[in-house]
Amino acid sequence: MSGSHDDTQHHISAYRKVAGALAVLTVVTVLASYIEVGVALGIVLALIIATTKGSLVASVFMHLKDEKSLWLTGTLILTVVFWFVLMLIPIMGRMDHVGTYKPLPNANAVAHEAH
Amino acid sequence: MEIPYTVAERPDTGVNNVKLGIWLFLASEVMLFGGLFSTYVILRLGGTDWPLGSDILSVPIGTFNTAVLIGSSVTMVMAHASLKMNQFDQFKKYMGLTVLLALVFLTVKSYEYFDKISHGDLPSATTFLAIYWTMTALHGLHIIGGVVVNGYFWGPGSKMFHSRPEMFANRVEAAGLYWHFVDLVWIFLFPVLYLL
Repeated sequence: MSGSHDDTQHHISAYRKVAGALAVLTVVTVLASYIEVGVALGIVLALIIATTKGSLVASVFMHLKDEKSLWLTGTLILTVVFWFVLMLIPIMGRMDHVGTYKPLPNANAVAHEAH
Repeated sequence: MEIPYTVAERPDTGVNNVKLGIWLFLASEVMLFGGLFSTYVILRLGGTDWPLGSDILSVPIGTFNTAVLIGSSVTMVMAHASLKMNQFDQFKKYMGLTVLLALVFLTVKSYEYFDKISHGDLPSATTFLAIYWTMTALHGLHIIGGVVVNGYFWGPGSKMFHSRPEMFANRVEAAGLYWHFVDLVWIFLFPVLYLL
């Protein structure tokens, strides 16, 4: 097997710490949602906590912090770049003022009133 | 014929083909879910009003399911670590727990779905419910896929440990990478849909 017994023990200790951190951050996410800070700041706060949790999972559970292969990290960096492009599309759409702005027709529809 | 580089690292890529293959697949999955998150932002910014997730969905149930999925990620890394330490019995225990926790997640999610259906909260009712059903159902399908693969490695597939232990550990690592990704998607889905 690759990796020594000691290496694996070291990993297990890191897994335990991350498991604890994820549990705490999940509680923090829920508690933060009850703080009255406005929608925009609420979204930013929730996404910061989610990104922290996601980074812990990716770096420790998915072993990315020990990854040295340029092929692999290169692929992931490219993925992240295109992911940001995807996320920019809605923002670019908002900045485009050509034409008439029309709200979505059923965004205000109340549940139970199926069309 | 022996398939090359299932265990040994390829000299040019620096990783074995199993790992590179699963990461390329996960990169495509990032774009799949990324497209849906982008759609969510478009719908939310485009609507004149947007409901608070916690008014429509149950936060305690969502929090419970988040904890269950994080727990299953922990048991998954422990299953792989057990194989690395040659502890097959421990692997069986942790992999069994991973599958069990995934089934708990699916049961809770099914309860949520039936509750929504019984109240007429179908995807056609509102834009919020449309994106909620689409994103959580796609995620749910990924959970079902994970249960099938992890269940196979827990059951009949585990025989490989006795003949090709390193190859088996690599397979479990690849299944684990997929499983952590599914957990990672939920880490973002939960606040976006339930809390914001």
